Amino acid sequence: MSEQRDEGYDEWIAAIDRGEGYALECPNGHGSLPPRRLCPECGDPDLEEQPLPDSGTLDTYTRIHVATPEFVDDAPYTVAIVDFGITRLTGQLRGVEEPEAGIRVDVGVEERETEDEPLLVFRPA
Amino acid sequence: MTGVRIAGTGHTHFGQFPERTGRDLFAEASGEAIEQSGIDRDSIEALFYGNFMGELAEDQGHQGPLMAEMAGIRAPATRFESACASSGVAVREAVKDVRNGEADAILVGGAERMTNLGTAGATKALSIAADELFEIRAGMNFPGAYALMAQAYFDEYGGDREDLAHIAVKNHENALENEHAQYQRAITVEDVLEAPPVAEPLGLYDACPITDGASAMVLVSDEYAEREGIDAPVSITGTGQGSDRIALADREYLVRTPAATAAAEEAYADAGIGPEEVEVAEVHDCFTIAEVLAVESLGFFEHGEGIGAARAGETTREGRIPINLSGGLKAKGHPVGATGTSQIIELSRLLAGEHVNSDAVPDARIGLAHNAGGTVASTTVHVLEVAP
Ligand SMILES: [Zn+2]
Repeated sequence: MSEQRDEGYDEWIAAIDRGEGYALECPNGHGSLPPRRLCPECGDPDLEEQPLPDSGTLDTYTRIHVATPEFVDDAPYTVAIVDFGITRLTGQLRGVEEPEAGIRVDVGVEERETEDEPLLVFRPA
Repeated sequence: MTGVRIAGTGHTHFGQFPERTGRDLFAEASGEAIEQSGIDRDSIEALFYGNFMGELAEDQGHQGPLMAEMAGIRAPATRFESACASSGVAVREAVKDVRNGEADAILVGGAERMTNLGTAGATKALSIAADELFEIRAGMNFPGAYALMAQAYFDEYGGDREDLAHIAVKNHENALENEHAQYQRAITVEDVLEAPPVAEPLGLYDACPITDGASAMVLVSDEYAEREGIDAPVSITGTGQGSDRIALADREYLVRTPAATAAAEEAYADAGIGPEEVEVAEVHDCFTIAEVLAVESLGFFEHGEGIGAARAGETTREGRIPINLSGGLKAKGHPVGATGTSQIIELSRLLAGEHVNSDAVPDARIGLAHNAGGTVASTTVHVLEVAP
């Protein structure tokens, strides 16, 4: 699948990997993720990269047992949504035995079992 | 503006038919619908058809004209794709065309072939209704997305797996006598709680099955029904549609479905009724938590109150508002592209007194169907009424 380049996304995930994660912000303070030509909330085209905060708050999580073929060898694994203030991110949660909403985590890029694709991973901050 | 009547309905058995093609399933459902309507095939002016995963399941795109062939009609044919709300959207567009005088008779329906993909393949095919970059690449899938909402709901409002289990038990019970249903088998709360986990907190019995099937109906204008002497007691009197951001993480709420609220408000206004007048509803219960979010977004229960509704008996067949008397997606099955039309067919048969469960709502005149796509980034709501 990933011979193709995903403009905006590839640069973004590489930045997360370097510890330089960002989100896009419009003049009205709406956060979003690349690629965008305008703010999905208000349509303003003036988007600026803003650094992601060092850590976010776990909003919700699930331990997935029945996975798609791409993730079958990774299962079971935990998917979570984390609130970084400017935006929320969806990734996998590692290094937490008993997740609980409200815990602080940071974000990085790690390996997957099944395929050699970058994976957004949250770990306890 | 003319009214819109349901002149005929057709429905395959929902279940596992890996040897049957989508075209064969739709031929059966559409044939039954046209025959029941009594309308000459030449009089049908369009086909509006819902399908989601045809490319993945059957290497078959461009299904509109194909399905018109299978239905034996020569008319413009269009496929609608809105994930699990595909045929709900098809119905809405058909209603609009009949109302505005574009057509007097439209065939509308949907089909999906899924079980030939196997569990992992079907899970993959369903997952593409999510955001590929930001959700699928994180390993999220359809059960996982609803599990994220279920966990968020538990954290925000309370409730537990046992509350959800009562929804599954209720819907299985409703399907016992439904000849279309994939599962005509009772389950217990213990069965649900002890089932293997799919995406925690959801287990196997919190999830709808993977299903093959088709559904179809013929919609006609009031004038056409009267002129041709067609017996069509049930009308579609309200239609609404809502959208939300595709990725769950980008939504304002993880525990509410505003796209359903928007669709419902539009459909209620269109029909000139309020949620308190709805007497029976078919809602999109692809997972048990989805029924909770639906009954709250539709205005039947306050936010945070829907979780206990089945357990308290408020949504059972004896309850204040019976939900999913057909068995719902949970027990009747969920052939994605066929579901939206199927819900409306079940509801019309319930209201017309022709459904095996009609005795649960013997005097009901107003029903509502709620069809959701993806994690409710697409929703249609339709109001059905029996002609006075
Ligand atoms: Zn904005």
